[in-house]
Amino acid sequence: MADTASRNRLPLFLLLAFVAAAAFFFWPERVDDNGPCANTLHRGVVSAPESFDTQKTSSVQASKVFRDIGEGLMTYTAAGELVPGAAQSSSLSANGLVYTFELRPEGRWSNGEPVTAEDFVFTFRRLAKPATNAPYKKSLTPIANASAIAAGNAAPDTLGVRAAGPLTLEITLTKPTPYFLSLLAHPSTHPKNERNIAQFGDEHVRPGNLVTNGPYRLAAVKTGALVELERNEYYWDNANTAIDRVHWHALNEPMAQYNRFRAGELHVTSTVPPNIFQTIRQQYPNALRVAPNLGVYYYGLNVRKPPFKDKPELRRALSLAIDREALAEQIVGRGEVPAYSWTPPGIPGYDPPQLPFVNMSQDERNELAQGLYASAGFSEDNPARFEILYNTSDENRRIAVAIQEMWRDVLGVEAEIVNVEFRVWLDRMFAGETEAFRSSWNADYDDSHAFLSIMEGGHEQNLPGWSNEEYDSLLKRAETQTDPDTRRRYLEEAERVLLAGHVVIPMYYYVSKHLVSPDVDGWADNVLDYHNSHHLSLRCAGN
Amino acid sequence: MLRYTLLRLLGAIPTLFGVVLLAFLIVHAAPGGPFDSERRLPQDVYRALEQQYGLDQPLLTQFTRYAKGLLQGDFGPSLYYRDETVARLIGEALPLSVLIGGLALAVAIVAGISAGAWAALHRDTLLDRLITGLSLTGLTVPIFVVAPVLVLVFAILLDWLPAGWSGAGPEALVLPVVSLALPQLAYIARLVRGSLVDVLGSNFVRTARAQGLDQRSILRAHALKPALMPVLSYLGPAAASTLAGSVVVERVFGIHGLGELFVASAGNRDYFLVLGIVLVYAMIVIVFNLIVDVLYGFIDPRVRYA
Repeated sequence: MADTASRNRLPLFLLLAFVAAAAFFFWPERVDDNGPCANTLHRGVVSAPESFDTQKTSSVQASKVFRDIGEGLMTYTAAGELVPGAAQSSSLSANGLVYTFELRPEGRWSNGEPVTAEDFVFTFRRLAKPATNAPYKKSLTPIANASAIAAGNAAPDTLGVRAAGPLTLEITLTKPTPYFLSLLAHPSTHPKNERNIAQFGDEHVRPGNLVTNGPYRLAAVKTGALVELERNEYYWDNANTAIDRVHWHALNEPMAQYNRFRAGELHVTSTVPPNIFQTIRQQYPNALRVAPNLGVYYYGLNVRKPPFKDKPELRRALSLAIDREALAEQIVGRGEVPAYSWTPPGIPGYDPPQLPFVNMSQDERNELAQGLYASAGFSEDNPARFEILYNTSDENRRIAVAIQEMWRDVLGVEAEIVNVEFRVWLDRMFAGETEAFRSSWNADYDDSHAFLSIMEGGHEQNLPGWSNEEYDSLLKRAETQTDPDTRRRYLEEAERVLLAGHVVIPMYYYVSKHLVSPDVDGWADNVLDYHNSHHLSLRCAGN
Repeated sequence: MLRYTLLRLLGAIPTLFGVVLLAFLIVHAAPGGPFDSERRLPQDVYRALEQQYGLDQPLLTQFTRYAKGLLQGDFGPSLYYRDETVARLIGEALPLSVLIGGLALAVAIVAGISAGAWAALHRDTLLDRLITGLSLTGLTVPIFVVAPVLVLVFAILLDWLPAGWSGAGPEALVLPVVSLALPQLAYIARLVRGSLVDVLGSNFVRTARAQGLDQRSILRAHALKPALMPVLSYLGPAAASTLAGSVVVERVFGIHGLGELFVASAGNRDYFLVLGIVLVYAMIVIVFNLIVDVLYGFIDPRVRYA
């Protein structure tokens, strides 16, 4: 009897024993550092860094974390102003070709060793050489010999970067590059420690091994889930670093970030759920931070193929027929601004030219569009037929449906909307197998060059496949200008040419959206959406 | 029994090979590659990366190389998490999913069998109707509704439990485990109730009752064992899928378990990671089906294998 009963329970017993053992071994570590007094900042991020080698990643998400652990020659203030970082000063030669940086004498790696000019020489050479396979190696293009090295045609030690003294770094450019300093704030140019890489090889990126020069050091990583940073007491500005620990929680679902914010488990979210934006605006008016961002949501028209090839009137008609105000306010509705230029506003010293019809009413635009549509040879009996390709997301779908409707209403266009998964969408755009498609572009640095350069003929990011001699030559001329005003005029003229081609239809400029706990001090909105933890502090009720 | 188990395990090898081959062909048939990103890589970097990971080779060469690695216990590198190997990533994610799934399964089994037995013993009473009704609700309301509602009530409104996983203490287990357990619990309760009602009405139970045995002894010694057979056959696949991680629960609570990793790896075209997880999942399914078949023999000698 007893035997039967115990056999009966055997599977249950086994399972329970197994689960108890598993629970014992894998019990999550107890962390009692929630709440402001623990001085640990909890931040959300959409995805965790795919690598901790800053030269081997290209994701915007990763760069948010990297800005906490490393610092380039230049850096940004909380308000988004470009200032010297690991360097204390920089000077430019009269011909605009040689930058000289004086490094901070108090600059230290997270192991206490001084940060030297040689460290930066090593860093730049490593970024440029083909063996590194750095996604951002092109950002060094302005430096002498960088392109030849990247192509494997020159040795890395021929790069125009040299240590003129232990703390003096000299960088020689091939041509004047007004935005060069902002490239030096990008994580791909954060210094890499040569001895660290020599000692650990590929394992140098592990917590405990990785040596960095920023306000924080890498303490622990749960791949894809959580990145834990701790104060780097050797950082030159450590005295002004308020927060001791930063935990970056990778939460792919905006709703999961929102829930954790509401439960007091996140101080800062990296985004907010789009479908309940209005509710959030009402419930958290003080925590919600919406600010203009250097990014543009656009529709591209592939000019390599019909119906857009050699049909500028059709392209212009399609651009005119979109009611951008309705789109930004009613379909997207989170403070986004209707876009009439390719480069978003907010770039210092650049006034983006606008589409010529910006001051017309939508009715006037529609009328003009109908005339152009007819002159392009289309009519009710012979409507333009093409597909609109977008990658799966609720917002992209709503926008595509609205645009399809606007084009049908105003012009009688028969557009078919096609929804595909992210990488299928990339694959088709990169292969040029699209007709109309949704895309977007965000700046890595605050210069109009960041937007205009990608539309140069043959650029890998020129997705409509557009090529225009006048445009390319204006960009080339701008690149060799040392006078900022002349350069600006060339760039503005180039943008006018681009807008007149109507190969990209700007829809709206992005806004950054965060929930920031009232416990967090020091947050400042900025167009680049950079918010280094070093600039923030936590209010503690006990203090 | 030992021979049977060994034979079954040996028989699993061709199955696993077939699964890996099929998965390999499917992931490579999907458009787009692991190194595509919105910020397109320079062409030479793209090609160099493909070369580095052998993705520029013909598919047959790639598969042979991968299979050779597998035979030596090498699951390959992750193409997305470039600092990591597949073995390491699965090693981090699987225990989490097993922990949560195992606890959920334990809760579902204990509570489900108890509730089902209770309902069967008190057939057609208010309690029975209540349990049957609740389990029907548990079955029909999907996890993606249950989990956020639990978060809303217990984490946000009542503030009793954490809303997410990372950085929280062991109490963070409660909501994911409950969300995952509920549908299984409901199903098991219904299964047990149904089969126990049948068994209690059968001849041998009537005989036992006639011999003067009380309800408790009848249940323990005679009725429960045969009534659990359907639960057992349900538990094989259920355990495998629960332990391998629920994508929905892991997404809602931000748990980086195997389910979440699998979906992310497919989206990232992280070929080796997809294949590694498929392989692990296939092994779990095979092992659990085997365990269930062996347990059958323990419970019902008629199906014991020679």
